[in-house]
Amino acid sequence: MPLEPTSLLPLFAEFPFEWNYIRSITRVSLYVSFVAVTLSTLFSLPVALLVGFKEFRGKALLTSIINTGMGFPSVVVGLVVLFAVSGQGPLGSLELVFTPEAMIISQFVLATPVITGVSLAAVSSVEQNVRDAAYAMGGTRFDVALVTIKEARYGIATALLAGFGRAISEVGSVLIVGGNIAGADGESYTRTLTTAIQLEARQGRFETAMILGAILVVLVLLVNAIVVRLGSGNGGHR
Amino acid sequence: MSIHRREMLAGVGGGATIGLAGCTSSDDGDDDGPEISGETITLTTTTSTYDTGLLDELNAPFEDRYGVTVDAVSQGTGAALETGRNGDSDVVMVHARSLEDEFIEEGYGVNRRDVMFNDFVVVGTDEDPAGIGGGDDVEAAFATIAEEGATFVSRGDDSGTHAKELEIWEASGVDEFGEWYREAGQGMGEVLTQVAQTGDYALADRGTVLSMQSEIDLEIHVEGPIEGGPELLANPYGIVAVNPGVHDNVEYDLAMAYIGYLTSPEGQEIIEEYTVEDEQLFFPEAISEDPNFQQYVPEDWDPSETDD
Repeated sequence: MPLEPTSLLPLFAEFPFEWNYIRSITRVSLYVSFVAVTLSTLFSLPVALLVGFKEFRGKALLTSIINTGMGFPSVVVGLVVLFAVSGQGPLGSLELVFTPEAMIISQFVLATPVITGVSLAAVSSVEQNVRDAAYAMGGTRFDVALVTIKEARYGIATALLAGFGRAISEVGSVLIVGGNIAGADGESYTRTLTTAIQLEARQGRFETAMILGAILVVLVLLVNAIVVRLGSGNGGHR
Repeated sequence: MSIHRREMLAGVGGGATIGLAGCTSSDDGDDDGPEISGETITLTTTTSTYDTGLLDELNAPFEDRYGVTVDAVSQGTGAALETGRNGDSDVVMVHARSLEDEFIEEGYGVNRRDVMFNDFVVVGTDEDPAGIGGGDDVEAAFATIAEEGATFVSRGDDSGTHAKELEIWEASGVDEFGEWYREAGQGMGEVLTQVAQTGDYALADRGTVLSMQSEIDLEIHVEGPIEGGPELLANPYGIVAVNPGVHDNVEYDLAMAYIGYLTSPEGQEIIEEYTVEDEQLFFPEAISEDPNFQQYVPEDWDPSETDD
């Protein structure tokens, strides 16, 4: 190495692999959370629309069950998912324990009630006359749903952000089902920013833990900024 | 032995991992599971082997040579064995002989080997409020801590260190635990951090203490056998493969390759040469001209008893 980058923190000068380590756990964190939130959205939005539009017996009960799910403790979800994917569990033959896929399952379970609940609130608040107008103008049920989503887009964006925030900042369940695994070369397999922070703090390396924490906060801020910008930008669809 | 085949296997393993990492399939990715099996083994182990950095040092050459990725999950000894019991790991490396023996007697583990040892030490802040510094009688030191009511931070997590600590309390005749006794329920590193900040004493493995010496400010008050302390503080590590007769999904052959590697001259040399701050953390004990047969079976196992 001909030149030493003097501007870098001494920590990184000491451990040249550290950047690779940080990059790979950031990638795992984002990958797991994005996939989980995407799957969750695909599931939650239709459910929210369905529940929001239809009047049926037990609707209030169902809504309060969804809302209760928003506060579900993540370690409990982790434990339940661990039992499900463990060799002895119902999904045991898929050998998912200690894989990123197991983490996606647990984050899906955590994010879905949040996204469903908040979207449901947003969808329900769309005025009945907007829906009636769309229907009166000859729209199919699908068109009515599209109009509703468009009207409720701020609320739905908030739902996605809340779900994403819940997924990426969560440590209990991904630690249990993922196992916090990184390779001998510092390449993360199931280590996320949150579990890495926990590990670094355990080892007394508070500087590294702080750096990882800062990255996590910046990531959440960035995702928020992007979603808000997409939501408020005009001409986003056409 | 064909080197090409190994390299190809390594390539396949790496490719599968990369493919998996980049995969954004629209289902849960359920079908990706079986593809990588055969090139990955899961090792559950204790926080002490992981936090000292020894495992990374050991696993890198193994992964290069066999093209097998070692997924190391660091848990307490109790949790590591429990994961093995469920068939969720292929090989277990821990440091609590009584719990390992139980694991083997129940039929979950086979082919146990001694790997290495280090020792436990009693650490604390330099204030040393109970005045135990410099002694070499750990039972007396524990009794004094209890008498003085000095804060003692216990792992409280069913780990090997926790098992050893309970053994020492029993040996020292202390059976009343007051407010001075705190169960952290966390890993070794977290407990040491707690002691440095708010506590007085803890029992810790020398490896973790040495590897964290640059991060925290703690003193060793009672030495273990490596520095001439009592034998009660010895800390031997063993490795056991999960029995494929109980869990047919485990990668038994790869687990045995890993055990073979760790107990080979190459693996043992890496352990011997691993230092942190110029101090050797672990002492290899797998290779001997005169092997200790007791390492293969539970310690109190008697071949004349045929109870099952």
